[in-house]
Parts: sequence; C-alpha cells; structure tokens
Amino acid sequence: MLEYALSFLILAGAIFTFIGSLGLARLRDFYTRLHGPTKATTLGVGCLLIASSLYFNSQGEGISLHEVLITLFLFITAPVSAHLLAKSALHQHLPQVGDKKKPARDN
Amino acid sequence: MSTRLLPHPLLTPALTAVWLLLNNSLAPGHLLLGALLGWLIPLFTLQFWPETVRIRQPWVLLRFLGVVLFDIVIANLAVARLILGRPSRLRPAFIEVPLALESDLAISLLANTICLTPGTVSALLSEDRRVLLVHALDAPDPAAVRDQIKSRYEAPLKAVFESC
Amino acid sequence: MLSLVIPIAFTLVGAAVALSFWRLLRGPSAPDRILALDTLYVNTIALLVLLGIHLGSALYFEAALLIALMGFVGTVALCKYLLRGDIIE
Repeated sequence: MLEYALSFLILAGAIFTFIGSLGLARLRDFYTRLHGPTKATTLGVGCLLIASSLYFNSQGEGISLHEVLITLFLFITAPVSAHLLAKSALHQHLPQVGDKKKPARDN
Repeated sequence: MSTRLLPHPLLTPALTAVWLLLNNSLAPGHLLLGALLGWLIPLFTLQFWPETVRIRQPWVLLRFLGVVLFDIVIANLAVARLILGRPSRLRPAFIEVPLALESDLAISLLANTICLTPGTVSALLSEDRRVLLVHALDAPDPAAVRDQIKSRYEAPLKAVFESC
Repeated sequence: MLSLVIPIAFTLVGAAVALSFWRLLRGPSAPDRILALDTLYVNTIALLVLLGIHLGSALYFEAALLIALMGFVGTVALCKYLLRGDIIE
C-alpha cells in the first residue's frame, strides 16, 4: 500500500517537474514562461520531497522530517524569485506576445 | 518585561522548530539548544524586525492556509493543461489589482499567494503601495481574476493581520 | 514497483534538465537565462532527492538544502544586478 503511494508521489513529482521545464522551453514570451517553473516545478519537487520523507520513515530508522524543511523553503522562495524576475523583465521592457495583435495595453 | 525579553513571540517557536527539523531529532539537548537559539536570535536581530506580527483571528488564518493549499494543487493541474495545450491559444494579460492592505507582511503574503495560485504571477508593486500589477497566463476575463484575488485571498489576509 | 518507477522518474527529470539547459543556451534575453538557471537549481534538487531514494541514503539531504539556499541567493543577486546594475548598494 505504502509502496503504491510512494510510486504515485514520485511519478507525479517527476511529471510536474518535466511539465514545468516543458513550459519553460515551449511557451512564447518571457512572462508566460515564468508560470511553468514557479508553479509546476515547485509542486513537483514538493511531491518528490514528501515521497523521500515517507520512504525514509518506512525504513524504520526513526522519523525523518527534515525534507519538510526544503519543501517549506522552496514554497517560500519560489514566489519571491518569480516576482523579482518579472520585475526585472518589466524593467528591461521585454516584449509581450499579445503586443503585435493588440498594441494598446491599458496604462 | 515580556516584550523586552521576548520581542517576537511567534518567531521563537518557529526558529526552534527549524532547528529541530535541521537536526532531525527531538533529543533534549537539541530541544534546549533550539530554544536558546530561538530566544537569542530575535534579541540580536531586533532592529531588522521593526513591526511585531499579531494574528487576530487564528481560525481564519488556518482556513486561508487550507484554501491556499487546495488552490495550489488545482492551479498546478490547470497550468499543466495550459502548457500542454497549444501556446497560440493562450490569452496572457496584465491585470492591475488595487490593494486594500497596508502592512508589509500582509502585502508580501498576498504577493506570494498570488504567485502560487491559479495562473498568476505578481510582477510589480507601485511606489505608493496601492496597486499590484499581476500577470495572468490565460485570462479571457481580467475583471473576474481581479475580483477573485480580492475576495478569495485579500479579504482573509486583511481580517487576520489588519482588522482593528 | 519502486524499482520500475524510479528509472522513469530519472528519465523525466533528466529531460527537464535538458529542456532548461536548452533555454539557458538559447536565451534570448537575460531574465530568460536567469529563469532557466533557477529552474536548473530546482531540477537538481529533484535529481538529488531521487538519487537519495534510489540509494537508500539520507546523505544527500544536506547537498539538496545547500543547493536550495545558494540557488535562491544567486537568483536574487542576478535579478538585483539587472534591476540596479549593482548588487551591493
């Protein structure tokens, strides 16, 4: 039973990590590319870390919770770096995809 | 007395918990050392923490955390579907969200929440802290996204950190 | 079951590293490259955690924690450089 839960978590984590990078490689302007790594990759690595914590708990060498620390840290820092990246992209006036079709952006 | 010896009552248990997680043990020695660090670090870094955090309605905060965790999972499924779909069908948009929050902590928590939940990344806070510029991955209706952010995330944060 | 899933997971995360690396080389702008570097850090954490499960060793936890810390500080420093043209103000 535990093994199935572990396998599911590992697989889900790997798939989310892959989708995050796929979004980074595939989408067409910087602002949309930003969404993949900040959300999908963070949740993917979170799933993998929880799987690791479960795995080491099931090995019978005492409780292992320090993976939770990395998960928390990632969930706090990923939005901060995303915000800073978006800010520096706006600072550099990177083009947006929709600009060609409808050039009038409000403001 | 208690405010001078224990300036940030919430920071101390948090630091102790981080120390215990780092060492991955609950041994009495680590508990003692963690508690000592949790007491000393806020004292020595007092000038970096100008405002004291006060939580008014803990239940609202807990419910908010539950809503955010649920939304993170939903958001990831939605973003994964959008990434796997055709990129030319996305309708990205910049949305301006007027802020009712005033404290630093509440604004940064709101910005972090926006980054982690459905298809939006906070991009820029205006100089006068009144408007947050948000980028949405796929927003056919920007006004709906703005209303959702205001009612779903901003209202609980205001109730927890700023109701007086 | 686990012995079947772990190689698949390694393949997927390896492909993620390759895609991020492609974006790092291709650009086209500086924030794109920083974003690719940030994604590479997080993917490396995923690889290390998988390796830890695969080998059954908790040794790699410290490396993953250090990579998380250094990656975040690096991203913030590079963004600050783009925003101000200077890291230490």
